[in-house]
Amino acid sequence: MSETVAVPPQRNAISRLWNDKESRSVIIQVITISLVFAFMAYIIHNAVVNLQAIGKGFSYNFLWQPSSYDINQHLIEYDSRSTHFRAMLVGILNTILVAICGIVLASIVGFLLGVLRLSKNWIINRLAYCYIEYVRNVPVLLHILLVHGLIVHAFPVPRQAISIGDVTFMTNRGIFSPKPIYEPLFLVVIALFLLALAFMWWFRRYAQKVQDETGQHYPVFWIGLGTVIGVPLVFFFLLGSPITWDVPELKGFNFAGGMVVRPEFIALLLALSLYTAAFIGEIVRAGILGVYYGQTEASYALGINRGRTLSLVVIPQALRIIVPPLTSQYLNLMKNSSLAVAIGYMDIVATIGGISLNQTGREMECMIIVLTLYLVMSLIISMIMNWYNRHIKLVER
Amino acid sequence: MLKSLKIAVITIALSIIGLSANAATLDDVQARGELNCVVTTGLAGFAAPDENGRWDGFDVDFCRAVAAAVLGDGEKVKFVPSTGKTRFTLLNSGEGDILFRNTTETMSRDADLKLTFLPINYYDGQGFLIRKAMGISSASELNGASVCIQTGTTTELNLADYFRANGMSYEPVNIETNEEGIANYSGNRCDVYTTDASGLASTRAALDDPSAHTILPEIISKEPLGGAVRHGDDQWADIGKWVVNAIISAEELGVSSANVGELCAAAGDNPSINRLCGTEGDAGSWIGLDSKWAVRAIEQVGNYGEIFERHIGPNTPLALERGLNAQWTDGGILYAAPIR
Repeated sequence: MSETVAVPPQRNAISRLWNDKESRSVIIQVITISLVFAFMAYIIHNAVVNLQAIGKGFSYNFLWQPSSYDINQHLIEYDSRSTHFRAMLVGILNTILVAICGIVLASIVGFLLGVLRLSKNWIINRLAYCYIEYVRNVPVLLHILLVHGLIVHAFPVPRQAISIGDVTFMTNRGIFSPKPIYEPLFLVVIALFLLALAFMWWFRRYAQKVQDETGQHYPVFWIGLGTVIGVPLVFFFLLGSPITWDVPELKGFNFAGGMVVRPEFIALLLALSLYTAAFIGEIVRAGILGVYYGQTEASYALGINRGRTLSLVVIPQALRIIVPPLTSQYLNLMKNSSLAVAIGYMDIVATIGGISLNQTGREMECMIIVLTLYLVMSLIISMIMNWYNRHIKLVER
Repeated sequence: MLKSLKIAVITIALSIIGLSANAATLDDVQARGELNCVVTTGLAGFAAPDENGRWDGFDVDFCRAVAAAVLGDGEKVKFVPSTGKTRFTLLNSGEGDILFRNTTETMSRDADLKLTFLPINYYDGQGFLIRKAMGISSASELNGASVCIQTGTTTELNLADYFRANGMSYEPVNIETNEEGIANYSGNRCDVYTTDASGLASTRAALDDPSAHTILPEIISKEPLGGAVRHGDDQWADIGKWVVNAIISAEELGVSSANVGELCAAAGDNPSINRLCGTEGDAGSWIGLDSKWAVRAIEQVGNYGEIFERHIGPNTPLALERGLNAQWTDGGILYAAPIR
């Protein structure tokens, strides 16, 4: 900097530049960046040279070849004549399915745990504490293997299935339940449901306006519930229940028909969400404790009841503390779902990053796809959570 | 800080160069004094650690034979366990020098995955293992079954083809290793376990009550099993190829671990035996080894018949018959190219 005093006589320009704080930091940054780029260029060059050395080209043409393998859980039409690309889509959907279900379940259980942990009841409080400490100190892979092993060994085989009302069957091959088959009239019910949603959106704004102007308060939640669930339900029965059920039936080795939730999915979902819930519980606890108790007292002093104090005063402020670390937990859950491969749940890693990779020998190409997919999914989750965070954060006036 | 960064970069770069340099495998192996052999994570009879932790089995003996020929000592082998999925990557990345892992030779593996296959050392086919209590006697009755299947194998593809061609449906239960397969099959997660018939015999022997399980008569595929090496080092491929041929030829010529010392002490009347023994001609130098390469291999692990009897033959828990794997002179199709 210019006010640096009494610089001793310099021998040359380089050492002068080096001794100047600002130019030195520029030099270091330039060198660091060029080293990083040189390193990356070297790695890529190395990969290209080595691939050439064993005579393997770099090509994604294999994606359009038939995959030749079967997948037990596919949300879209798929068989062994489908392409590797389609197998990849099946894998992506399976990962998304377990990630979304896992995030929802982990959030519910996590919030519950956080609240229980703060309970004044000693037993409840300690139980939650023990659960959290046990679960979060055992690697998630062990949880996955444990739950899967329990399901496979503790549940009966299809011939001795646990029957629930003769329509749903629990076995170690999964839970088989009736599958709804929609008749055309069911579209009316769906249309009504959407209409009700639109009405509620309008009604909520209207109620808010009325409250702002007159102070009159509508029970928005109950009216909403009645409209969105009640109206379609009434019409559903008036139209003569336009749904038939495809009930699973024991045929030969397994149940045929109906819907099935495979043990691999159940094991992965339970293990991932119960594991992540332990972390979320602690985050929620920290969030609630982070809201100064005086706020609650002030709210009571204004005559606001307990429930509304929680929902209007404590939770909105707690959320500001909770959401940023919660984002990391959601990302962890999504990435941990790649452990699915240990129990044979056919996610991205098991399909395109596993069987396709192995059957085609395209390691580099497949791993690039897998890395990109996880990156994109993580970024999407981050984006949504960051948007939500901005939405709830303190509005500075 | 800059200095340490530089050092780190150079170290990483050098280690990558080190990993990627695999020009002459024979020189690398001899310099290292140890053969890295890719085997399965555990398939009783083929490759599995015994109660003392020493690797033992049919495939393991072929690793030891190569080590005996190249290094002079069949114990100088480092076994690299691999799953069906990781085996070729381990070989192609240089973690392993040679692979003996119940591996089926196919065109895509040979040409597209850039492997060079050694002579076939076990002719196998894919079968189905099922509980006798299920009352199934043919694979054609398997419609709707849950089938445990190792991922990354040819059996996975055969299975899909077989059920499709026969208009049957099934639920694939994908597993990584044979141990997982046994766990899922014995837990009744799947009705059927499918893999090569030899692997099924091994798996059945490891079950709690082997007599309660049966292997269905249908063999739905050809599974020629053999060792493999990377593309690009023909000398190394030749070594692997001729060690396997020597082991098979030895049985045909009546040379065993018991009599190899005596037969090979000096040149005898049978030129074929003399060439195998290195007492006539210089076959060893053609593959960059000394003249006693085959003698060491036979001395330390025995000929094909001995290896078969010891690990998977009728007197072992696997109780496999020679069948197709008998010498061509005994009605089988084992037919080694002559050493000359």
